[in-house]
Amino acid sequence: MKPLQILPFFVICSIQLSCAQDNPPFIETPTETAYTYEVVIDSIDIPWGMDFISEKELLVTEKSGTLYRVAAGKKTAIEGLPEVYVRGQGGLMDVALHPDFKTNNTIYFTAGRSIDSEERGGNTSLYSAVLNANKLSNVQLLYRAFPNSRKGQHWGSRIVFDDEGHLFFSIGDRGNRDVNPQDLSRDGGKIYRLNLDGSIPDDNPFVAEDDAKKAIFSYGHRNPQAMIVHPETGEVWEAEHGPQGGDEINIAEKGKNYGWPVITYGINYSGTAITDKTAMEGMEQPLYYWIPSIAPSGMAFSSSGIYKEWKGDLFVGSLKFEYLERLVLENNKVVRREKVLDKIGRVRNVEEGPDGFLYVGVEGKGILKIIPAK
Amino acid sequence: MKLFLGIYTLILIVGIHLVFQEKTLEQSISDGKEIYQDFCVQCHLPKGQGVSGVFPPLNQSDYLMDDIDRSIAAVKYGLKGPIRVNGENYNGVMVGQGLYEDEVADVMNYILHSWDNKSTEFITEKRVTAISEN
Repeated sequence: MKPLQILPFFVICSIQLSCAQDNPPFIETPTETAYTYEVVIDSIDIPWGMDFISEKELLVTEKSGTLYRVAAGKKTAIEGLPEVYVRGQGGLMDVALHPDFKTNNTIYFTAGRSIDSEERGGNTSLYSAVLNANKLSNVQLLYRAFPNSRKGQHWGSRIVFDDEGHLFFSIGDRGNRDVNPQDLSRDGGKIYRLNLDGSIPDDNPFVAEDDAKKAIFSYGHRNPQAMIVHPETGEVWEAEHGPQGGDEINIAEKGKNYGWPVITYGINYSGTAITDKTAMEGMEQPLYYWIPSIAPSGMAFSSSGIYKEWKGDLFVGSLKFEYLERLVLENNKVVRREKVLDKIGRVRNVEEGPDGFLYVGVEGKGILKIIPAK
Repeated sequence: MKLFLGIYTLILIVGIHLVFQEKTLEQSISDGKEIYQDFCVQCHLPKGQGVSGVFPPLNQSDYLMDDIDRSIAAVKYGLKGPIRVNGENYNGVMVGQGLYEDEVADVMNYILHSWDNKSTEFITEKRVTAISEN
């Protein structure tokens, strides 16, 4: 065999070795891109959440505790927020318009709050409020997670709606993984379901269990910072941060247990094992898991057809590797992964706007709009 | 009655002592380690080594040691924009972590006295309180 004929074997072997731990499909970096972007609003350190009032106007949260109304490249701070408890990964997080915003001007938001805290600490709270011009009124606390904690980790939190009058939101395990996620009597590590007025739906899965938090919809989550209702099926999709390795995409279903920290594909940051189990009866397998972790934050489906090749694909922000990830799905299986906006910065959030374009929140930058090349 | 008053006075003295006692450096470093594990380690890494060009090192860092008050301000309020650390350029955003002032002192003491770092500094809560944003 000539030396040159051996070369491909070396290449294949070395690729396989370097990817031995990685979970396929491996990420692709396209050499040519069929899009550009424009800046919708700049100078926002951490644009955590956003939602659209119209094609020309949106609300954007800045994690440090400011809610902005953005139009024509300018941002105006909205008055009337409760005092936000900014600690570690917590602060002002998601914002979402009520499905009937046009008639009731109601919005929802999630924030770290330190309520009734004799000692230091806080937890995730969900609020509704009425927005008129640049002012909030009728600010109502709809849900408050107990107990307060001084931990900086895992507050969640995203807000989405189904077509049946429900609001879903997430809270992470608050850095207390061995206690919170598997205990239905405790908050944290859960996805919650409420009616739009904040009341608990009669058919929530744990309403009949004495000690359970009745708002819980699914549990055993680590830190879901990405959530979207599938535009066709109406399912609640979420992505959550794993430890080192083991970030997951799940379809959150009523009453189901997603296993954290009993089963996981990840390990501790220190390199030690959390558990040797990746599967167990009564616990759901993820639709996909990332090794290595991309640190997923924000997710959206591209449903509009504005981007020819991307229709039906899922987009997830990567905080860690600083790109937007495009995931091609076939029968709920990830068959292809590709970098979009490579090296753009820490991608905190992605949404499909009412105009069908993808809007991306990037830390230290602001909100970018992806434009397909002509 | 005398015995009661005696015990009462003793408890009062011990209590006051506990409340107003300044932390020892050892205690502050040990408390600071917990803060570090909770809020800093994900970017600056377990030995303060950072990530070259992305997250500046805290171990053997000239930027950190050259101006301690500036470093305290960075922990207290956050830091963004271009800086130069050990001959390398950084231009990122570290947002304020929402630490209480005694926690800022503790984590600074941990960083100043850990890994290969050596310092004669003992940062107190009072010093952190006195430092303003600019």
